[in-house]
Amino acid sequence: MKKIAVLGYGLGNVRSVCNALRKIGADADVSHNEHTLMQADGLVIPGVGAFPQGMANLVESGLVGVIRKYIDSGRPVLGICLGMQLLFDKGTEFVSTEGLRLIPGSVDIIPVASGEGRLPHIAWSAISPTEQGMQKMFAGLSDSEMRFYFVHSYAATGVSQDNISAIITYLGNKIVAAVQSGNVWGTQFHPEKSGPSGLHLLKNFINNC
Amino acid sequence: MRVIARLDVKNQFVIKGIHLEGLRKVGDPNQLAKAYYEAGIDEIVFIDAVASLYNRNNLFSVIQKASEEVFVPITIGGGLRSLADVEQALDAGADKVALNTAAIREPELIQKVAKQYGSQCVVASVQAKRTANGWEAYMETGREKTGVQVLDWVRRLQDLGAGELLLTSVDQEGTKSGFDVSLAQAVNSAVSIPVIVSGGYGQPKHIAKLLDVSEPSGLCFASVLHYNMATVGELRRNIELAQASRIK
Repeated sequence: MKKIAVLGYGLGNVRSVCNALRKIGADADVSHNEHTLMQADGLVIPGVGAFPQGMANLVESGLVGVIRKYIDSGRPVLGICLGMQLLFDKGTEFVSTEGLRLIPGSVDIIPVASGEGRLPHIAWSAISPTEQGMQKMFAGLSDSEMRFYFVHSYAATGVSQDNISAIITYLGNKIVAAVQSGNVWGTQFHPEKSGPSGLHLLKNFINNC
Repeated sequence: MRVIARLDVKNQFVIKGIHLEGLRKVGDPNQLAKAYYEAGIDEIVFIDAVASLYNRNNLFSVIQKASEEVFVPITIGGGLRSLADVEQALDAGADKVALNTAAIREPELIQKVAKQYGSQCVVASVQAKRTANGWEAYMETGREKTGVQVLDWVRRLQDLGAGELLLTSVDQEGTKSGFDVSLAQAVNSAVSIPVIVSGGYGQPKHIAKLLDVSEPSGLCFASVLHYNMATVGELRRNIELAQASRIK
C-alpha cells in the first residue's frame, strides 16, 4: 500500500483529501513532521484560502525546506488548488508574495470585464488536457470524464507550455488547469471533490509514487 | 451550471416540507447523499432544519460519514453561530458553510469566516419572501422577518466577502410551482459572485422560464430528487435543453 503524506499547514480540507486517497487504496495521513513526511511515497500539498497566508504558514512551520528536500528526493508531489498556486514564483493576491519557486510562473487574478462573468469561478469545468497531461495525470480518462470541480479567483500565468498539463477556457481566458514539471504535479481544480474523475486522477498520482 | 441536492436534516432524517414548514421524513441523509453522488450530483448541501431554532448542532456526524463516501463539495448550514461552529463544521469534512440567521444578527461573521478560511468557503444563505415592492430577507428557517431588503442585503453580503449566495424563495419552496424568476434575476444582476437558486422546481419548463431571464451558477433541488420525480441526469439534461433553446 502506498504511503501518502498530506501536508498539514493549517490551510486546507485535509480530511477530504485523506478520505479520497484512502478510498482509492492509499495509506494517507496528515502530517507536518519532517521525519514522517520524508518517509512517504508521495506528498500532497492541499490548500484552500489566500496565497500570502498559505506561504506564511509554510514559512512559519519550517516546511519550505522540507518540501524542497522532498522534491529533490525525486518522489512525486501533488499541489491542489492553493497548494498548486504556491508552487509558482509568486502570487499577487492582496500583496505580491514570493512562492516556492518550483515552477516558473505567477499567480494572478482572472481578468473579468465588469458586468460579465463571475468570480470566484466556482464550477465543474471541462478541461482540455495537453499531450504531456495525457501521458500520466489524465491517462485513462475519456473526453466526457474530463470534468473537474474548480473554486478560485486566481490562476497561474506565464507558465511554460512544457509544464502545462491541461487548460480550461473561462470568460474567454485560457486558464491553466493543471501543471507538471518533473516529479511536481499541480491541479487548480480539486480532484478530491471531482467525483470518479478526480479519484481516477489521484489513482494515477499514487500509481506514479 | 451546477446541479445541487439539498438535504434538510432533522434528528438524523432528511425531511421536506412546503415553504420550509410542515415537515415529513423522506429518508436517511447518508443513503440519499450517496445515491445522489452515484447519480452524478455536482454538490450536496446539508441543512440542519432545526438547529437554528433550538441552537443545536447534530449534523456533524452525518457530514463526517458523508465526506468518506461522497467526493463532491459538501456544504453545511443551519445553526452555525460562531467562528468556532464554522471550524467544527469544516473539521467534520464540510467544504463550505451556509450562514443565514447568524449573518443577519452579526454580519461581521461573514467577514471573519472569509478572512480565516477564504471566501470560497462562505455561502451566504438568503431566504427571500415577496413584499409589495420587492423581497424581504427572513431568518430562522424562513420563519422570522428581519426588515432587511433582499437586494440591499445581497450586495452587503458580497462586500463582506461571501463567496456565493444560496438564494431560497420562501414563497416557492416546496410548492413545485416554479422558481421565483424575478427574484433570481434581480439578485443575479445585483451581485457578481455566483448565485445558486433554490425553491420551487416542479417541471422542466420551470428551468426554461428561469433561464429565459437569468442564468444562475447553480440550481438546488430537494423534493424532486427525494420523491424520485426526476433523476440527477434528467435534471442536467433539462438544464442543457433550456440553455440550448435560449441560445437559438
